[in-house]
Amino acid sequence: MSRRHFVKHMAGASAMLGSSLAMGHSLRVHADELKKNRKSAILLWMSGGPSTIDIWDLKPGAATGGPFQPISTSGDLQICEHLPMMAKQMHHMAVIRSMSTREADHNRGRYYMHTGYVPNPNIEHPGYGSVVAHELADQRPDLAIPPFVSVGGASAGPGFLGMAWAPFNVSSNGRIRNLEMDLENTRLMQRVAALNLMETSFIRETRGSVAADHQNVLKKTLEVLTSEQMAAFKVETEPEEVKERYGTNGFGQGCLLARRLVEAGVPFVEVDLGGWDNHANVHTILADQKLPQMDRAMSALVEDLEQRGLLEDTAIIWMGEFGRTPRINQDAGRDHWARSWSAVVGGAGINGGIAVGATSADGTAVETEPFSSEDLMASICHALGISLETTYTSKNDRPMKIAGGGKIINELFA
Amino acid sequence: MLRDCRPLSLLCAAACWMLVGSAILLPGQAEAQTPDSPQVAMINELIEQGWRDYEIRPAPEVDDARWCRRVYLDILGRIPSLEELEAFIAERGANKRAELVERLLHDDRYTEEYARNWSTIWTNILIGRSGGTDRRDLTNREGMQKYLRDSFAANKSYNRMVYELVTATGTTKPGEENFNGAVNFLVGKVTEDDAVLATSSTSRIFLGLQVQCTQCHNHPFNKWKQQTFWEFNAFFRQTVALRRFVDGTRDVAFAELADQDFAGQAGNPDDAVIFYELRNGLTKSAYPAFIDHPPIDARGRVSDVNRRAELARQMMDSPFLDKMIVNRMWAHFLGYGFTKPVDDLGPHNPPSHPELLERLASDFRSSSYDLKELIKWITLSRPYQLEAKITAHNQIDDPTIGETPKFSNFYLRQMQAEQLYQSLVVASQAKARGSYAEQERERRRWLEQFVVAFGTDEGDEATTFNGSIPQALMMFNGDLIKRATSDTPESMIGTLGASQARMPEKVHRLFMAGLARRATRDEIVIAGKLLNARGGNQTEALQDLWWAILNSNEFILQH
Repeated sequence: MSRRHFVKHMAGASAMLGSSLAMGHSLRVHADELKKNRKSAILLWMSGGPSTIDIWDLKPGAATGGPFQPISTSGDLQICEHLPMMAKQMHHMAVIRSMSTREADHNRGRYYMHTGYVPNPNIEHPGYGSVVAHELADQRPDLAIPPFVSVGGASAGPGFLGMAWAPFNVSSNGRIRNLEMDLENTRLMQRVAALNLMETSFIRETRGSVAADHQNVLKKTLEVLTSEQMAAFKVETEPEEVKERYGTNGFGQGCLLARRLVEAGVPFVEVDLGGWDNHANVHTILADQKLPQMDRAMSALVEDLEQRGLLEDTAIIWMGEFGRTPRINQDAGRDHWARSWSAVVGGAGINGGIAVGATSADGTAVETEPFSSEDLMASICHALGISLETTYTSKNDRPMKIAGGGKIINELFA
Repeated sequence: MLRDCRPLSLLCAAACWMLVGSAILLPGQAEAQTPDSPQVAMINELIEQGWRDYEIRPAPEVDDARWCRRVYLDILGRIPSLEELEAFIAERGANKRAELVERLLHDDRYTEEYARNWSTIWTNILIGRSGGTDRRDLTNREGMQKYLRDSFAANKSYNRMVYELVTATGTTKPGEENFNGAVNFLVGKVTEDDAVLATSSTSRIFLGLQVQCTQCHNHPFNKWKQQTFWEFNAFFRQTVALRRFVDGTRDVAFAELADQDFAGQAGNPDDAVIFYELRNGLTKSAYPAFIDHPPIDARGRVSDVNRRAELARQMMDSPFLDKMIVNRMWAHFLGYGFTKPVDDLGPHNPPSHPELLERLASDFRSSSYDLKELIKWITLSRPYQLEAKITAHNQIDDPTIGETPKFSNFYLRQMQAEQLYQSLVVASQAKARGSYAEQERERRRWLEQFVVAFGTDEGDEATTFNGSIPQALMMFNGDLIKRATSDTPESMIGTLGASQARMPEKVHRLFMAGLARRATRDEIVIAGKLLNARGGNQTEALQDLWWAILNSNEFILQH
């Protein structure tokens, strides 16, 4: 069955979705500016809190510096010697060395860096992916793939935007379970008609948002089931040399999948690389495992996007929950540290080849203007053409500024 | 009727007793209403006080069929079968709800299911959904489940269970010498990072005290300091996990949790001190001490002091032990706890109903920590009888918009993955296949598809069984749904299709089986259309309808 035919069948269902969608509606102040927006973002999420003092902001010679040496790059900054491939791509990327936050617990840090808000027991804020998807999906009416895909990780939830904006979680090989229908299309449609009747009458009984959310998700699921666009997930169809360039491991293939999805018009993809919570033996783990894997995949992604002419429309964000203590602990590890750390961004018109801000000689303090999760998120929204005047109305009618009211980091755009 | 009596019982429990006494004498009434237990009356009174304070009126009472579905899901972890549901609806007694709860808790027919449900819930609490699923993992998931299943089947008192989990020694795997499944709670949490995970899990899960943030530094929002964390941690430092490998591999065959003499980090077993670092690099010392209590004997030899046993003893005296379990059980049945998150009872996180929490906690202690008693109090209380419906009179009581819960309507929530699995087994009327262990393995394989781990040392994880697209795809196309909608002779569809009843009656029964209600007129009409589309083949039409029912929000939600 064609998608068009299918959508016609679903028209009745979508008419009933109006009220629930209004829950998280946004006020678009500059709606007309956004019309031809083809921008996307890829978040490389370094789960566990990477030791940025050993990766992007080295302190050779300082007591806190550790054994790694800095190397020169194609940009106007130095990075870790264990990132030789990224060194050739740094003219596309900016390192923000003056990230300074306050959440040094994994769950709180993950929430804060994903949403731009500190955790609050009374409200759930939407994460990056949900926000960007929500803002950009309307301009891509032909997109059948869920607008926010999370590869190999759980990412953050959709908060008050509702489950229809939740991440579509797939494993890094792009395989999606239960996608093969073995039912004739007409019969499926007849079943769906019966289902819609039940869903709708249950929602009419004022059951609250949980019931209505379910129907929104069903609608998206039907699109996923029937669209040919889903071929974008077939990473295995890429040529061998491409797969090897990205690295034949979960993160490498996840980055390759991210490129395919962005190419297909998906506004937001998150790729997860865990294992950065190095309370012990941090330098051995970085040098032997984490950095070589990350270097290969991340550099391949930047290079590939650039060669395909996609980099100018695709923002890349590299970050974790926080950085790690400049002080090396008794187990040759580093602990959680949010006060001074680095995040990396590039693409979508962001200035490349620069370091923004600086930390002190031992890395324990930010010596320039400090930047927060809100500021980083505001900058990414700006790069994606999403107005910072965008305001959501949360379910309890409180106005919520996009990106937590952060301000743009000017050096990234000047 | 129970509910007729209730407003009076709220005013005065004693009056209610008198009323019931006289009610026995009324002619024509088959059975008298048994009075609410003092705990049920207390819950009702304090919850209703909240309604009055906020000037809200509760949702109407839910009908018997839906209440029956609700209580099966919460106590046994599955929906009732059509027979169980119809039998309950047909019952006439005034105490039928209390009697059903009694049956689910104490009838031998349900012991195995009760034990399986609560062992599933507690396995997830104690070792997460992914604990014991990796071959290099010290934790043995079957061992954990076996311990819990045996404990719940025997209705072991809660405090005893906690004591055993905190102090256990022995091996992890069923069948090995010296097997003690309880060790699986701590065995994977003591090896890395000086038992940091054992510290944070024990205090959070059993006491509702979240000390993990204070591991590295004092926290501005937390009363407990870094010192408190390491004093609590010192209780676990005699404990070691020893692993036995499968010959020639790095796969863990099983592990053993043991206590051994601890000389402290200064090498003196008569003064077994531990050290931790402050942010500024200074080193401080700590001895085992329970939160807000003086340190215990500092010696490190197990024969002098068994530190975990000391810890468990102090935990047994802590009022946080009682409050935490009451809060957890309340949240299980009512959808929200008195605090959010449910396992944070710290002073920075005040509860919504402080007096109720305190009194339930102390009553639970007085009732010898009998979990089945606590379940009875909650499931027979008024808030648990309410419909899952927002009305004009309780609109503000919606925790999904960030309001503190007032329990004036039953909060709609998604079934857990495990509840859905067991419910689909009921829905398909499939005979159990294979041994208990094989069934468990099959269930576990199915559940694993929904677990996503975060890459942190704390083993954080999330579930994609959260109402998002992967879950919907599974409900559309998964093997479990295919099995549930199959028309083999003994299946739901097979038996119904072959029965002599008229089509509308079959449709009603199908709705009753899945949703605990009869079909509406519109639904009967659409069933007729499906029958036409299937060329008059009733079995196929019922299959289509059953698929739609199982995929509906009304099926997947606990309501």
